[in-house]
Amino acid sequence: MTPGGIVTQLVHLALMLALAPLLVGLVRWLKARLMGRRGATPLQPWRDLLKLLRKQPLLAESASAVSIAAPYLALGATAAAVALVPGFARGMALAPMADLILVAGLLALSRFALALAAMDVGTAFGDLGAARQMSFAALAEPAFILSVLCFAILAGSTNIDAIGAVFAEGGPGLRVSLLLALLALLAVALAENGRLPVDSPSTQLELTMVHEAMLLETSGRYLALWEMQAALRLMLWLSLLAALFLPFGTAPAFSGVFGWAAGLLAWAVKLAGLAVALAVFESATARMRLFRVPEFLGAALLLALLGAVFLFLSTGSA
Amino acid sequence: MGFGQLSFDMAHLLAGGVLLLCFVLLYQRRVAAVIHALALQGVALALAVAWQGWVLGMPGLYIAALAALGAKAVAIPIGLRLLVRRLELRRAVDSAIGIGPGMVAGVALVALAVLVVLPATPGSGVLAREGLAIALSVVLLGMLMMIIRRHPIGHVAGLLSLENGLVLAAAGPRGLPLVVELATAALVLVLTAVAGFFALRLRDDVAGPGPGLLHQPYAEGDPPGKAGR
Amino acid sequence: MTAALAILLCALLLLALAGGGAARWSALARGVHGGCLAVSVGLMALGGAVLAGGGGAPLLLPVGPPWAPLSLAVDGLSAWFLLLLGAVGAAAGLFAWTHEATAPPRRLIAYPLFLFGMALTLGAADGFTLILGFEAMSLASWGLLVARALESRGEDERLAARLYLGFAIFGAACLIPAIALMGGLAGDLSFAGLRAAPVQGGVAALVMALVLLGAGSRAGLVPLHGWLPIAHPVAPAGVSALMSCAMTKVALYVVARLLLDLGGPAQPPGWGAPLLVLGAASALLGALRATQEVDSKVLLACSTIEHVGLVAMGLGLSAILRAADLGPLASVAAGAALLHALGHALFKTLLFLAAGEVEHGAGSRRLDALGGLIHAMPLVALCTLFGAAAAAALPPLVGFAGEWLLLQALLSAWRVGALWVQVLVAVATAVAALSTALGAAAMLRFWGLIFLGRARTPRTLGAQEAAPPARAALVALVVLSVGAGMLPGSLLALAAPAVAQISGHAGLVVAGPLVVSASTVASDYWPLGVLGLLALFAGGLAAVLRRWSPHPAARGPVWDGGFIAPPAHLPFGDPATQASAAGFAQPLRRLLGGRLLMAREVVHLAAPGDPAPARLEAGFHDPVLPALLRPLSAGRERLAGAAEWLRDLGIRQFLGIAFGTLLLLLVLLALVDPA
Repeated sequence: MTPGGIVTQLVHLALMLALAPLLVGLVRWLKARLMGRRGATPLQPWRDLLKLLRKQPLLAESASAVSIAAPYLALGATAAAVALVPGFARGMALAPMADLILVAGLLALSRFALALAAMDVGTAFGDLGAARQMSFAALAEPAFILSVLCFAILAGSTNIDAIGAVFAEGGPGLRVSLLLALLALLAVALAENGRLPVDSPSTQLELTMVHEAMLLETSGRYLALWEMQAALRLMLWLSLLAALFLPFGTAPAFSGVFGWAAGLLAWAVKLAGLAVALAVFESATARMRLFRVPEFLGAALLLALLGAVFLFLSTGSA
Repeated sequence: MGFGQLSFDMAHLLAGGVLLLCFVLLYQRRVAAVIHALALQGVALALAVAWQGWVLGMPGLYIAALAALGAKAVAIPIGLRLLVRRLELRRAVDSAIGIGPGMVAGVALVALAVLVVLPATPGSGVLAREGLAIALSVVLLGMLMMIIRRHPIGHVAGLLSLENGLVLAAAGPRGLPLVVELATAALVLVLTAVAGFFALRLRDDVAGPGPGLLHQPYAEGDPPGKAGR
Repeated sequence: MTAALAILLCALLLLALAGGGAARWSALARGVHGGCLAVSVGLMALGGAVLAGGGGAPLLLPVGPPWAPLSLAVDGLSAWFLLLLGAVGAAAGLFAWTHEATAPPRRLIAYPLFLFGMALTLGAADGFTLILGFEAMSLASWGLLVARALESRGEDERLAARLYLGFAIFGAACLIPAIALMGGLAGDLSFAGLRAAPVQGGVAALVMALVLLGAGSRAGLVPLHGWLPIAHPVAPAGVSALMSCAMTKVALYVVARLLLDLGGPAQPPGWGAPLLVLGAASALLGALRATQEVDSKVLLACSTIEHVGLVAMGLGLSAILRAADLGPLASVAAGAALLHALGHALFKTLLFLAAGEVEHGAGSRRLDALGGLIHAMPLVALCTLFGAAAAAALPPLVGFAGEWLLLQALLSAWRVGALWVQVLVAVATAVAALSTALGAAAMLRFWGLIFLGRARTPRTLGAQEAAPPARAALVALVVLSVGAGMLPGSLLALAAPAVAQISGHAGLVVAGPLVVSASTVASDYWPLGVLGLLALFAGGLAAVLRRWSPHPAARGPVWDGGFIAPPAHLPFGDPATQASAAGFAQPLRRLLGGRLLMAREVVHLAAPGDPAPARLEAGFHDPVLPALLRPLSAGRERLAGAAEWLRDLGIRQFLGIAFGTLLLLLVLLALVDPA
């Protein structure tokens, strides 16, 4: 753990926390522009957060300590996962811990906390959202792990930094398996973040909600924490996709001002590109019926499995 | 030749794209989407064949690629669309065993293809082996689609995908002699088959007074009692 | 060391005798439970001491038949499982001390005998003693179920006891021939002798099948898992915990001992495949059933099937990797299996005892009758949350450590090279991840429906916090399981002898007090670091928000999407506006239940104009047990019919049958004689 690594880690974390709501705002703004509206400025999510923090929160009478503690735990777990995923630089202080399975576990922890908070008050919507979210995760998680299997075979490790380093050198080349793993990961990312076509991030139609249904009873700073958690999760997934599939241009740990600037620029371009892709995709896609979602995620799971099988075919002979 | 070389990687990726579109075909439940995916598969196949022609230096393959592009990516999809509209076929392509099990069966078939190809091709390069496995998978998936789909368009899609697999195998890295002629002949054969098939099959399907049009507007294959979601 | 085990075993026999005396002196009941507690602590200490310092030579017991002298020994593998048994036994003893002070003598006799059977199985140094202990364990636990059935006189309990006995007899009928086959005609049943002459070829396949059927039925591996969700919940919570956490592990120990330690060396790569497949099937089916069950203890029993399946997957994978000469990876898989076995024993005991406390306090085990208990039983709720989170494999708890190692082993197993192994392992990886996620959903449903929301029945509101000794047991289990989750590296270092015995690879996984590593190239897991990060971020957030957003929260009525306030006769709100147990399970029932569990759902809509509410009927049944039992009962009928003619035979015919059997056996002996 070098001092350079620690500094990089701190800068990375600060950037991630500051930019996450901006990213959400950017996607919203892009979608509005694509639909021909002017749209709110990308700063709007930050303003909303600060406004929510100033308000007095209201808790339901039947709420227990779970409603109070769960948002801190969920946001803490997501932030811990964010600290592990490399952004603009590689070789951060926490890089030895940056294991893909651990990231999946931390996301599961925040999901569990969210579902607990949803069930705490005892309303139909909260229970419904929690049940649906855990069921979708039951298919999303194996799809993620099977994609990790593809990376583990190609890079020999499940450490994100190590995978990024191997891929940045172009060792594995273009592979059908990587294409399949990418598709599977994209589907998982859409489902985990509650984006179209799995769940609409701005829906107000109760019957179809998943994520929003769980937050109906929260307000004030608790709502702000949950919103921040959702934003951070989107940031995490986009950074993860960038770190695994677009590992080019990432700066080494402590490479001076110019190295950092180049890394920051590359990272910003990647994130912006992914945000544009997400906005275009969401604008062009209709929300699918709730009971089609398992098929969607099941297809992702099978594609990832297919990717692994093809890797066996090509590595079995080597 | 191995991974990391552009020629190899592109061939690999394009063949993989054809296979992936087979799964897209299996996943669809709307006629329009099936035809769309079929056209995309035609494009991917044409690209794969053309790339192979460039790599192997066989200009004849360009002709085969052009033929595939024209027929499979343009002519057949347009024809199918017209047919669907004129005959007022059902919009939904229902599957006999459901989408999920169909996909599982598809992955199992691919695994089977891999298991068959691996011991059958000792000594040959990774590229030949993977190309053959992908082509065999595409053929098997086409057959699967023909078996599990109830809709005539689904059968046509299965047949075309099967033929795509054959062309993919013929244009593989080892290559067959007379590949261009073979591909063209297969194309003509399939076109005849499709035409004949439609003439025979659709008469049965459309002959009735049209209860097919009164199919439930939604919830095919779901348990009852959750309409309205 | 071995002498200490013998002393502890004798103490358990004496405690069983004392339990018989409790009919006259009722104060003895507490003494028996206290004694069992002390012996369990002794077993735990013994296991730890042997793991740290090494065991001793086998001890020949002065009892037993001359052809198979009984012998005891404690080596690394048995010490690890003794540690686990001791921990579960101690917690269950403390619970029984609180709640079972007036237990009838038949239970007080059977309870120490149950512990005795498990400890004897673990301490056996030869096949005969192993069988003896295994059968003592089966019969004593059957006695506990019978005692319960006699007390409650319920039809379910009687059915459970009968089913249990059937499976116990079946297990014995498989395990005894298996050990006989392993011993061969030489007849040396001591472990040293068995290890020197491992089984080969067709006999090996037969032994594998018999052991998997015999011990697998006791461990609850699919397809012989059907009795477990029926029998485990019948017993009192402490005994349920012992059955679910210790007995299944003893069965897994038998599998590991016979198949991996004694029969493991020089086997083909297919040796571990059946174990891996059965484990994956158990994990998936158990987890899925756990998401559907409506009774809290049945749910926990199904979750046990899941975790037993995961441990079995680790064992099978270890055998596969060992056969492929990938020693370091084999030791990772074996370490995952052992760590997860210990972790499961700790958190599942915690969950069973908590379910017992909830049943005691709130009067029901049905999820549909509970709810909102976090207000009445805050400490039990908190302790249970730790257990549920560990069972859901959330970092940084102990469940995640085991699953992390297992997944790492699965993700590295493609190095074996054979394509069928690679495809099998890829599917197993998907199933393991799927079961883990399903298990998380099941644990959320378990904890959320019991402790969160509003009370579903008025009785729930009268619940009381647990009594101090039971509370102590729960807190101790939380401390143990959290500690195990924080220090998996140290635990694995302690388990090194056991890992070496199973995997045949001496050099263990890179494991320090702070870090666990799958191998030098793969990846590391730092549980303390994860805990530190979580504490840092969550605590930092709380501190920051205390400054930025200082307003205390106000309390108001629940909004609930705009529902009107409940009528006066429902002071706690309409329970029907919360999810029911079946309702919460609906998405997964539609997703997977229809195909795997024959789940069904029927909506009965009232006729138009009828004000009656619509009703949803949902349910499922596990197809495996009926599929096993139906042909069995038909076969019994047929056999009974066929045996009718035996009645009419004379004495000569009977003698003829006996003589013929003898001749047949002699011919068999002549044929299989190796000389």
